[in-house]
Amino acid sequence: MRGLWKLTLTELKLFLREQVAAFFTLIFPLMMLFIFGSIYGNKPTPIFGGFGNVDISVPAYGAMIIATSGLISLPILLATYRELRIFARFQATPIHPISIFLAHITVLVTVNFLGLILLAAAGKLVYHLRFAGNMILVVAAYFYCSLAFLAIGFLLGSVVRSARTAQIVGMVFFFPMIFFSGATIPREFLPEAIRSVAQFLPLTHVVNLLRGLWIGAPPSSWPVNAGYLAILSALSILLAVRIFRWE
Amino acid sequence: MGRAEIVLSVDALRKSYGPVRAVDGISFEVFRGEIFGMVGPNGAGKTTTIECLEGLRQPDEGEISVLGLNPARQRTELMQRIGVQLQQSALPHHLKVLEALDLFRSFYRKQADPRHLLETLGLRDSRHRKFGQLSGGQKQRLFIALALINDPEIVFLDELTTGLDPQARRAMWNLVRQMKQDGKTVFLTTHYMEEAQQLCDRVAIIDRGRIVALDTPEHLIQQLKARTRVVFQPAENFPLNHFKKAFSSLHIEHTDDRVIVLGEGNRFVVDVVRFLVENNIVFQNLKVEYPNLEDVFLALTGHQMRD
Repeated sequence: MRGLWKLTLTELKLFLREQVAAFFTLIFPLMMLFIFGSIYGNKPTPIFGGFGNVDISVPAYGAMIIATSGLISLPILLATYRELRIFARFQATPIHPISIFLAHITVLVTVNFLGLILLAAAGKLVYHLRFAGNMILVVAAYFYCSLAFLAIGFLLGSVVRSARTAQIVGMVFFFPMIFFSGATIPREFLPEAIRSVAQFLPLTHVVNLLRGLWIGAPPSSWPVNAGYLAILSALSILLAVRIFRWE
Repeated sequence: MGRAEIVLSVDALRKSYGPVRAVDGISFEVFRGEIFGMVGPNGAGKTTTIECLEGLRQPDEGEISVLGLNPARQRTELMQRIGVQLQQSALPHHLKVLEALDLFRSFYRKQADPRHLLETLGLRDSRHRKFGQLSGGQKQRLFIALALINDPEIVFLDELTTGLDPQARRAMWNLVRQMKQDGKTVFLTTHYMEEAQQLCDRVAIIDRGRIVALDTPEHLIQQLKARTRVVFQPAENFPLNHFKKAFSSLHIEHTDDRVIVLGEGNRFVVDVVRFLVENNIVFQNLKVEYPNLEDVFLALTGHQMRD
């Protein structure tokens, strides 16, 4: 595992320098929070079971961050490193291939948490964000969902041939998912037809799991959410390890 | 002095890609401290060979030993002790030069001083520049720095100077000579015959996946028994017969405006020039063409290097 720590730190720096990725992971969710916060405020409402718009938006935008890292950042990164033969250069060093994966996973999970912390801090300062769940459970679930989406991203990044295709494929999965899953528009405002289809979107399960845990809802749907994500990520990894090429 | 130590040996290496036989049964040995070159046209099998030696590709058949290790099975250990420059590769766009050196250094047990490498490779002033902002030559020098970051025993250079201008190419040659002076063994591939001739202690000429000759550049050229050519353009009233009489032992060709004299060695060149000067013969564009590796390649394979 020699070099893993240095590689992780370096890749984290590179992520932050890649302004587009950093913007959509760290800044864009904050903008969403302030835009919709300024429109709807954070008054408790019966629609959200006695919570306000910001209270249920923070975990939902957290889900959006998870989708950004998994569906866009990771596939583009894998495709770019392969296309430019950056991976090929690492292959010509003693660094273990597992270390390369671990570094990227660590970076993206870290920025996911960074994004969530920024959202929570802004929500707390500006909109008196409420939290009624168990902190440890929320952190564990956020970690779990991040990994599940990175597994899906691993598959996407293995299938696509170029960085350009990775971008397009990522967008094609990303946009319907963030709109229909409740990550951007709360599910209470979506028509019934869309909600029934959205049950099959992995991001819906992330949103439901995180929102439920955030407001301390009874754990009735957790096994379904977690199980669905487990099966999907297991399948993704099984497929991806067969398809993935370093060059 | 006993026999030189063998640091790398290849026996009957074969590698195919589908129906294409990239490497078709080649064998050779490399001695410690020498610059060993593999030359041949594009597609001759050079990169496949070097990548099998580096453990980046699995040979179909044949035995390879590099520093006593099997590259395919002991890749990680081998990578600790060799330096690699790939024909084509890149680093992340935003990675800075010094950061790249620090990062790659952390992969190795043995570590060279990055500041010293920056200095010798002329990268000190660009150490805070991003990879994406570097010129072609600077990128290539950075890749050499990365290949030397673990103070390796053998350095593998694949098409080091391709795409560089002549000045940058000569600077690269000096860097390679410096590696040899530092006691490293260098294995390089090139499709520039001149580069091989200038740089290499021994050269393997490879064509269509096979080694067609292996020796020092001097021996390869000598064996060719090709003659040195003196070519010049005389003024109109050139005394051809007088000239021919004076150099009856040499082969002389006379075309519309050029005289070509073929001979062996160096000595006759001086004689020809002295004759021209002493007889006040006006001439221009005098050139001396020595046989080179290009001629060797042509003689051995029946076709030109450049396709």
